[in-house]
Amino acid sequence: MSDAIRTASGRALSELTLDALRSGTLDRGDLRISREQLEAQAAAADAAGLRQLAENLRRAAELTAVANDRVFAIYDRLRPGRATHGELMALAKTLADEQLPRLAAFVREAADAYQARGIVKAPR
Amino acid sequence: MRSKRFERLEARPINKETFITPWPEVGLATMQSPYDPAPDIEIRDGAIVRMDGVAAADFDLVERFIALHAIDTRVAPRAMATPAVEIARMIVDINVPRGAVLEIVSGCTPAKLVAVINEMNVLEMMMGLAKMRARRTPANQAHVTNRKENPALLAADAAEAALRGFAEVETTAAVARYAPLNALALLVGSQTGRPGVLTQCAVEEATNLKLGFKGLTSYSETLSVYATERAFVDGDDTPWSKSFLAAAYASRGIKTRFTSGAGAPALMGHAQQRSMLYLEARSLLATRAAGSQGSQNGSISCIALPESLPDGVRVVLAENLIAMLLGMEVAAGNDALSSHSDIRKAAKLMLQFIPGTDFITSGYGAIARPDNMFGGGNFDVTELDDWHVLQRDLRIDGGIVPVDEARVLAVRERAVRALQAVFAALGVPPIDGDEIDAAVGAFDSDDMADRDRVADITAAQRLLDGETTVVDVIAALDRAGFRDVAASILEMQRQRVIGDYLQPAAIFDADFHVLSALTDANDYRGPGTGYRLDGARWKAIQDLPRAWDPRQYGARLARGAATPWLIETGPARTGTRPEVVVAVGPSFGASIEHTLGGLAHEDVLAALVAGIEGEGLPARIVRIHHTSDCAFIGHAGAQLAGSGIAIGVQAKGTTVIHRHDLLPLDNLELFAQAPNIDLATYRDIGRNAALHALHKPAAPIPVRSDNTVRLRLIVQTTLMHLKETECVERDRAPAELHVATTHAAAPPVADSAVGA
Repeated sequence: MSDAIRTASGRALSELTLDALRSGTLDRGDLRISREQLEAQAAAADAAGLRQLAENLRRAAELTAVANDRVFAIYDRLRPGRATHGELMALAKTLADEQLPRLAAFVREAADAYQARGIVKAPR
Repeated sequence: MRSKRFERLEARPINKETFITPWPEVGLATMQSPYDPAPDIEIRDGAIVRMDGVAAADFDLVERFIALHAIDTRVAPRAMATPAVEIARMIVDINVPRGAVLEIVSGCTPAKLVAVINEMNVLEMMMGLAKMRARRTPANQAHVTNRKENPALLAADAAEAALRGFAEVETTAAVARYAPLNALALLVGSQTGRPGVLTQCAVEEATNLKLGFKGLTSYSETLSVYATERAFVDGDDTPWSKSFLAAAYASRGIKTRFTSGAGAPALMGHAQQRSMLYLEARSLLATRAAGSQGSQNGSISCIALPESLPDGVRVVLAENLIAMLLGMEVAAGNDALSSHSDIRKAAKLMLQFIPGTDFITSGYGAIARPDNMFGGGNFDVTELDDWHVLQRDLRIDGGIVPVDEARVLAVRERAVRALQAVFAALGVPPIDGDEIDAAVGAFDSDDMADRDRVADITAAQRLLDGETTVVDVIAALDRAGFRDVAASILEMQRQRVIGDYLQPAAIFDADFHVLSALTDANDYRGPGTGYRLDGARWKAIQDLPRAWDPRQYGARLARGAATPWLIETGPARTGTRPEVVVAVGPSFGASIEHTLGGLAHEDVLAALVAGIEGEGLPARIVRIHHTSDCAFIGHAGAQLAGSGIAIGVQAKGTTVIHRHDLLPLDNLELFAQAPNIDLATYRDIGRNAALHALHKPAAPIPVRSDNTVRLRLIVQTTLMHLKETECVERDRAPAELHVATTHAAAPPVADSAVGA
C-alpha cells in the first residue's frame, strides 16, 4: 500500500528516510497525514461498521487543511459560553466557504444545541 | 467485652476502607437507581424525538448529542423491542458472532444498555469481555512518571517499560510547564526500549495538542467526557468541543481515547439521582457519538467511591463491557489504587485479567508507587513478579513479559545516553555522567540528585513555544549515533502519515505491524478460537528468570564426601537384647548428605544415638534398601529391634518412631515436616524411642510449627524423595551399618538456597 500513500505535502512514503532527513530535504510538514489518507481511513472504518469513527475521521480529513493555531481557535469557540449563536453560525459559513462542509455542519449543529440550552455567549 | 477475633479483623487492611449503604438520591448507587429512567425510544422521520422518558425538546446537551449521533435509528426499533435478557444472552452465547451483538446494541438507548447489563452476573460479563473486546491480542499500558520530573529517570523507566512489553506508556507533569521535557524523555526512552510503543503526556488540552502536533506524543487519552450537561459545562467543554478535539488529533495522525468512569458524576455533585451505571452508559454513548475509537473507563481515579457500595466492582466490569458493546477500544481501569487489601485488589483485577481487554490496566505503574503522579498506582514496579506469576499460573497474556536484569540495565543506560544527546543538541540543561549512573540503577527518584528546575522549565517552555519538532529530535539522535532509535521515531512519524493506528484498539508490534480491530479483530467464538497464549509468547511468559531446572537439583544433594562414613558390615541381624534400632533410608548419608532442613546426616544420626544412649540403651544402625517410605523404613527397623522399637529416618529427614507389632502406616510418633526438626528435636526423638523401648511413659515431643514449610520446600521435597526412591532395591535385605568416626561432616546447607 505504501507507494500509493502520500503525505499532506505530497511526498511518497518511501521518501521519508533518515537519508532525506540528513540531507535537509525533510521537514515537519512532510510528516503530516493527508486529507485523502484520512478519507481512506474513514472508508475503512465505515466498512467495519464504525459509523461514528468514520464521521470523525472525515472531519479530521477536512481539518488537515486548517493551520494549528486556527484549530486551537475553533476549539476555543466551541467551548461553553465562548461565542454567540451568530458567531458560531458565521464560523460555520467561513468553513463552508473553505470547502470544509462537514466541519461547517458540525459547528452549525453545535450552535443550535448551545442556543437551545442557553450556553452561548450572550450577544452584546 | 471485645472479641479478640473482631479486634484482629478490624485491624486488617480491608477495614481501612469505607463501606456505606446506597443513597440513590445523591447518586451513591452503582448498578441501578429507583430514579433511573425506563428504556424507551420514539423515532419520527428518522430522528429520535423521545429517549428514555425525555422528549427531544427537553434533551440536555448530552442527550441531544447521543440522539443525533450515537444511536442507529434503523436498528433502534428492533433493539428496543428485544427483551433485555435476550440481548444479554446474545452477549454470552458463543454461537452469536460479535458483529451481531454490535449491531443490535447500536440501537440501544442508555437505559436499555443498563437493563441488559443488569441481567448479567460477573462471570457472564467476563464472557462478554472475552468475546466483545475489539482487539484479539490483549495488551497493557504503563505509567511512567516521577516526583522530581527527572528526565533521565523518565527515559530509563520508559525504556524499561517498553522492554517489559507495555504497548502504551503514559506520563504526565506535576508541574505542567515540564510537559515538553517529559514527553521528549518518554518518546526517546520508549523507542530505545522497544520500537513502536505509543506514548502520551497527559496535560491540559492545548499543551497536549501542541505536543502531539510537534510529534513528541503519539496518542492522547486526556479527553474527559461527562454524563450530564452540567458536568460538561463545569469541565469547560461540550460534547461538540470534545468531538472536535478528537478530530483535531486525528487530523495530525494522533490516536485518541476518551475517558470517563463510574462515580465521577456523583463525586462532582452532578449525579441527578441516577445510578453510576446509567450515567456511565450516557458517557460511553457520548464517547461513541463523538467518534472516539476507544474509551478509558473502569472508574479510574474514582474507583474507591463505587467500591464503597454494593456491586462496586461489578459496576466497573459492567462499564468496561458497555464500552466494548459499543465497538470501542477499552483501557479497563485498574490504574488508581483500588484497595488496601492485596486480596481485594487481585480479585478485582481478575475480572479484566482473565477475559482480557485491549489494555488490562489503563496504567500499570512501571515505577515506584510514590513516584506515580497519576495519584496512586494500583500496581507498581515492586509487584511485577506477582503479575508475571499470575500470567504463568493461569496461562494468560497480561501484556507484560519477564525480563532479566542485565537487559534492563542495558536499555536503561542506552535510553539515558540517547536523551543526553538530544538534550545537548536542543540546548536543554545537560544530563551528566553521574545522572546517567544514578538513573540506570535507580529504584525511584530519591536515587536522583536534584536538577536545576528553573533552567529545565525555561528550556521546556522554549521547546513548546519554538519551532523544535520531532524532526530535530530524530536528527540529533542520528548525528549522535543512535541511528536505530532515530529510525524508530521516524517510523512512528511514517505511521502517522498512514493512519492505520487511528482505527479502534490499535497498537504496534516491534516490527510496526498495526494490531487493531481491523487487522487483528477479536474472533472469539468459544473453545479453540480467539486469542490463545502459545508458542514463543507463552515461552517468554513462563520462563521466569528465577525459574530453575529441577534436573540439576539431584547433583547438588551430595557434597562429595571423600570416603563413605556409613559402612555396611553385612546383613542386618534380628536383635534379642534391649536396644533401639535406627533404620535409615537407601540414600541417607550416601547419595544424599543433608536433610531438607539443611542438617548434615552425620549430625542427625549422632543426635538420635545420643538421645537413645542417654536413657542407657544401645543404638544399632541399619540401612533399609527395599523402600524409601518413612513408615515402612521405621516398620522394617522395628522388626529387627530386640525391643521392637525403631526410629525410621528418610534422607530428607522425615522421622518416625515405630513398634514391630503396629501396622506399617501406624506409628508411635511421626515427625512429618523435616525442615521443622532441629538437632535438639532429633535428640528428643532418640530419647523417646528409648523410653518406649523401656516401657516408660514418653510425653509427645513438641515440634515447631511453620505452615509455610510445605509451600517453600515441596519441590525440593519431591526431588529429594525422587532421588532416594531411585536408590530403592526391592529385593535387597536391610544391612548392618557401622559409623566411621574419621569423617568430617560437610557444612550444612540452607536448603531454600539450593537450586535458586
